Order: sequence, then C-alpha cells, then structure tokens
Amino acid sequence: MSAVPDLPGFPDPVTDAQAAFRAILWAQSHPGAIVAPAPTLAVPPPLPIAAGALLLTLADADTGLWLDPIFAPARAWLRFHTGAPEVPLSRAGFVLAAGLPALDTIGLGSDEAPQDGASLILPVAALGEGTRWRLSGPGLAASTDFAAALPEGFAAFWAANHALFPRGVDVFLCAGPRLAALPRSAALEVA
Amino acid sequence: MRGYNFAYLDEQTKRMIRRAILKAVAIPGHQVPFGGREMPLPYGWGTGGIQVTAAILGPQDVLKVIDQGADDTTNAVSIRRFFARVAGIATTTRTTEASVIQTRHRIPETKLRADQILVYQVPQPEPLYRLEPSRVAARRLHALAEYGAMHVRLYEDIARLGAVAISYDYPVLVNRRYITSPSPIPAFDNPKLHRMAALQLFGAGREKRIYAIPPYTEVRSLDFEDHPFRPHRADGACALCGARDSYLDEVLTDDRGGRMFVCSDTDYCAGRAA
Repeated sequence: MSAVPDLPGFPDPVTDAQAAFRAILWAQSHPGAIVAPAPTLAVPPPLPIAAGALLLTLADADTGLWLDPIFAPARAWLRFHTGAPEVPLSRAGFVLAAGLPALDTIGLGSDEAPQDGASLILPVAALGEGTRWRLSGPGLAASTDFAAALPEGFAAFWAANHALFPRGVDVFLCAGPRLAALPRSAALEVA
Repeated sequence: MRGYNFAYLDEQTKRMIRRAILKAVAIPGHQVPFGGREMPLPYGWGTGGIQVTAAILGPQDVLKVIDQGADDTTNAVSIRRFFARVAGIATTTRTTEASVIQTRHRIPETKLRADQILVYQVPQPEPLYRLEPSRVAARRLHALAEYGAMHVRLYEDIARLGAVAISYDYPVLVNRRYITSPSPIPAFDNPKLHRMAALQLFGAGREKRIYAIPPYTEVRSLDFEDHPFRPHRADGACALCGARDSYLDEVLTDDRGGRMFVCSDTDYCAGRAA
C-alpha cells in the first residue's frame, strides 16, 4: 500500500466540496430524491463515485471510518484525501458497507445523543429503477414512490431502524455517481 | 477575499458544521451540538446563523439577510456586507430572488419555495430552559419526550390570564416528537413553520447548537383542544402599503401619542407599495 494514491481528490476542494454538500443536503432533506454530488470525480474502483464524493465532503480526522474489505483498493485514496482513521464498525461515524450489516453492529446513538448514530453508505445496483418503494415522512409533501435495487432484507432492516427513532442510522444509497438518502425519519414500505 | 478562505470559515470547520446539519435534518427538531467558532462579531449578533450560512453558501448563491423583517437594519446590513466581502457572493433584499435567507426573528411574508433555505439566528435553542435550567436534565427530558412541565406552564397561563401569554418564541412540537424553539419569531409567524417547502436551519452560536426542520414537516404550536393556538396580530392596516395580512410594527411618530403601524417585512411592503 503506497502512502500517496494515484488519483487526486476534488480538483477544487473548496467549491467542489460545497457543491457536493448542497447536493447531499438536498438528498437528505428530500428522502428518495436522486442527486449526483460530484459526477466527474475520479475514484478508485470499486468505490462508487457518489460514495467517494460523500466521504471527501464530510469525512476528516475527526470522523471514524469503517470500510468493508471489498473497498481495500480505495483505502489509500480515502486515507490520503480525508485523513479519516479506520475504526471498529461499532464506533464508526461513516460505515462504507458492501452488503447490509446487522443493525445491532453499527452505532445507533443514544436517546440523549441520537446524532451519534452512524451514516451508512450502501452501494446499490441501481437507483431510479428496480423495486418500487413508498416513502413518507419529513421532507416529503406526500408519500412518494422511488425505485431502487435494495439489498435483500432491506425492508425489515429499515423497519427496525425507523422504529428506533430518534436513534438509528441514516443511509446513503450510492449507484455510480448517483446518490439518494434515507434519513432515519423516513418510513419505507413496498409500493 | 484576500486573506480568507471562501465564506470565512476553514474547511475543517465547515465539514464539522455540515455533518451536524445533516444529522439535524435526519432528526427534525433535535438540537445537535457543534464546535461553534469565534466569529468576528459578538454573541447575540447572529454568530450561529452566520456559521450555518457560511457552511452551506456557494459562489452561485444569492443571500438575503433580515433583522426583524427588515433588510436595512444594522445587523442585516452588517451580515450581508460580511458575506459579500468574505465570499464574494451576490446579495439581494428581494425574498423571491434569494437562494439563502438568513433571518433574525421573522419569517418573510412571501411564501418560500423548495429551492430556498431559511437560516435562523437563535439566541436560546433550549425551549425548556425557563422550566429546567440544567442542560443535563433538559437533555434527559427531550430523550424521554417528557414535556409535561411545558403543558403545565401553558395551562397556568390559561388558568391565570385566560390565554397563553407567549407572544414570541412560542414553543412548537416538530414531527410529533421534539419540543423545539422556533427562535424569537412572533407567534404570528408560527403557522408558516408548518409544512414549509423550504428547508429551515437553526444556528445558536453561544449555545453551540444546530437544529433543523426539513421541508413539509409537521410543526404544531402547542395548545389544548379547548384553547387552540391563536397567533396574535395588531388590529390594523400597514400605513404604507395597506396590508391587512402582514405582521405589523408599531412606530411612534411624535411625543403626543401619535403612532402608526407599518409592515415588519420591508421587502413585502415595498413590493406592495410599488
């Protein structure tokens, strides 16, 4: 593992991070809405572009990161450009998963500090196509359908997560350059 | 912009505030602590709102700043000039032209859109503070959703005075979970919080708390079935534009009891008078 990765980070760190953040903020405040935080960012495979953009925007030396071993080729790039230390799964603020982790293995926050619940970055095969889901909750004027190829067992995972509110994890679904957010406040069912 | 990072704050501070904002949006009405920085103006002048604005602002944004509804008061002018200088962004006084609106103690009369963000300056983010001065205890009450004391406080007003005697900073229940301070906006503005299309972000600089109300979120002003919430408005019309639906400021015009009412929202008033 070389200390200096081959690929650069954001070409313009200040404005690119700001633009990516606003896209992510839009996604977080409109559950299921699909955005592209930094569509032209070059990231080491197999990292989805959107996941790389989110971590460059939000992760730094103050945030613990957990990487699924499948993303080991991106380790040097993330380490160099974010400085985020790798920590055990239960203590990670950002969890970059390959499949759905068990809910009780990730940080869910406490009743007094629910904001300590982790952000789960979950690569999915497709956003905007696949199974249709119905979302409702804050950020949505009315219940809204969205399509995504979510991993097996996601509906049960989300029902358990949503029931913990205000504790819980917030999920960022990533498919290539595209990203959609499921904040813990959102209710999800099969449409 | 020489000598400053874009929008004054360093990038690590912005990332920390951005993470707090995203968690605040995910937990509507919950106060998220953040590492508030010292800003080049004193606490009480909007340091919380300024830090939130600095963390979200981009070169393409158009910023409007109001103080009690007015664009031309000291606080509003200073903050607008601050961001024009440290971010080089465009500013406006027109509600419809702004993408980010920072406000002290009012919500614009013009209905806000989904592509706008409203940033509130908050002096005291803890709605239970006057009932429970201990932060540790108040945090526990929020965790348990134990809000009986607040209802007793409203009940005592009704029992003693016949009505709830809170004219500003009227407590609200956000998303049926958290009692939240809407910042010291007049109770007249409370109905605008409910299911607003724009994202609402709240920053308290001295108390170092950020909270949010996502778009279209249910926001209920606390009341009782037999004593429903009634926003108060001075009974009159604006002396400049004739509006009967806007929030009015009372202005003394001489020392013999002369007075008039004018719109608190200067952009709304100017738009109607034009």
